[in-house]
Amino acid sequence: MMSSLHRHPRVRLGLLLGPPILWLGVAYLGALAALFVTALWSQNSFTGVIEREWTLDSFRTLFTVEVYRTIALRTIGVALLVTLIDAVVAFPIALYMSKVARPGLRRFLLVAVLMPLWASYLVKAYAWRGMFAEGGLVSSMFEAVGLKSPGFGLTATVVTLAYLWLPYMILPIYAGLERLPDSLLEASADLGAKTPQTIRRVILPVVVPAMVAGSIFTFSLTLGDYIAVRIVGGTNQLLGNVVYDNVGAANNLPFAAAVATIPVVVMLGYLAAVRRTGAMESL
Amino acid sequence: MTISGPTRMVLRILTIVILAIIYIPLLLVLVNSFNVNKTFAWPPRDFTLEWWRRAAESQGALDALWVSVRVGLVATVIALVLGTMIAFALQRFSFYGRDSVSLLVILPIALPGIVTGIALNNAFRTIFGFELGFGTIVIAHATFCIVTVFNNVIARLRRTGVHLEQASADLGASGFTTFRLVTFPLIRSALLAGGLLAFALSFDEIIVTTFTAGANQQTLPIWIFNNLFRPNQAPIVNVVAAALIVFSVIPVWLAQKLSGDAESLGAGR
Repeated sequence: MMSSLHRHPRVRLGLLLGPPILWLGVAYLGALAALFVTALWSQNSFTGVIEREWTLDSFRTLFTVEVYRTIALRTIGVALLVTLIDAVVAFPIALYMSKVARPGLRRFLLVAVLMPLWASYLVKAYAWRGMFAEGGLVSSMFEAVGLKSPGFGLTATVVTLAYLWLPYMILPIYAGLERLPDSLLEASADLGAKTPQTIRRVILPVVVPAMVAGSIFTFSLTLGDYIAVRIVGGTNQLLGNVVYDNVGAANNLPFAAAVATIPVVVMLGYLAAVRRTGAMESL
Repeated sequence: MTISGPTRMVLRILTIVILAIIYIPLLLVLVNSFNVNKTFAWPPRDFTLEWWRRAAESQGALDALWVSVRVGLVATVIALVLGTMIAFALQRFSFYGRDSVSLLVILPIALPGIVTGIALNNAFRTIFGFELGFGTIVIAHATFCIVTVFNNVIARLRRTGVHLEQASADLGASGFTTFRLVTFPLIRSALLAGGLLAFALSFDEIIVTTFTAGANQQTLPIWIFNNLFRPNQAPIVNVVAAALIVFSVIPVWLAQKLSGDAESLGAGR
């Protein structure tokens, strides 16, 4: 039997790919497709039964009701802000790791940056709840300089999300800088460029595509998040909360599915835009 | 090195500050797990092991931990099998649609968790007619864990090539013998690294789990989240969080030793 398999690579490929494709390609993709079909159905508001008739009602509600528009824009705003903060914070540490630190220190820093990536998401959000809580470190520091602490709210949400996704931004920038030969920096200096000019004209052109690659994660992860905002965001809502409430308490799956298409559509648009910049190769 | 002295100094200081911001919140959780004060008043007046003792007796937390461990183990085994199969198919065969398959593997972690969560929730209940519970959590977790195994195994296969297997076949070994004596030993540590990362991913996951767990099963993250807003449980939740921080270090450290390069850790996620 083995030898007959050996002679038929197509059969072996089929045996290898069959089960995973059934799992991911049929079951998982099928589930995703079913979800988006559900978004085009409606729900009987009395019985709660989903009626399988094509309608754009859910999307109409989504685009016409003020509060959902506000939440959608707020979510995209938070995602942009988180991405921006991560890009600004990740650049210096990635630059230090790749171009200043010696190999031993570099390995240590890499592990130091990666370790929290694997610490529980929930625990990290919880840790920031402690930071922003009354009497926590953030509020003590604000009070020490005579300011009012931001407390739980959108600021805390942005900080926490930026913290959660920071390693996803550091890694691609570090990898991009690693590939930039030191001789290019030396050439730039030999040609008379000062450090700021070298950073602007040699390092940044390499870093920007890497930042775009990292932003795919920071942006996408923020768009789908609803836990962090529940933990540190006070009463603020993001798109994820609307989806969650409509699957659970409100039990309106068509509407939840319609809301869930927003992050997917935004991400697909984002990916298409990124693809044109050529940053996908640095993923 | 052409980065000037002052710039290097600034970069060094910024790096230290950023690392401090990364670690201080986690360290505070650790310290507070010994804080006598129930509301974590700062600075701590005194330290105690009381909360750790109580957490060790908390039936809810222990049950949730046991569910998480079992889910993680089963999901990891499934991910190991499926991830390895895809890695072999993509690395050893060329066929139409290869790129789509590799995209398909990444999709469950590339899409927002909430989308995967409600898609599976909907499919389990309305299409398959499953009751939400242990089995559905395992299926959901295996789906997004496949990618970590796949990444590790395909990287290893790329590095080792096929010469050893061809030599084995030339010497008359059957396909199975070659796999047992040549291929498997070559990929064993990649499997272990991928499996560890898959387990860690499963152990931490909360969003997809929320939608696939049903009412009767609680994983540890869900237990934490449910108890997070109860002032009474605060010290015990804090101990569980502290324990998770400590234990999360182990798989990363092990996986890094096994795979030999730290960068593959990031690739899994």
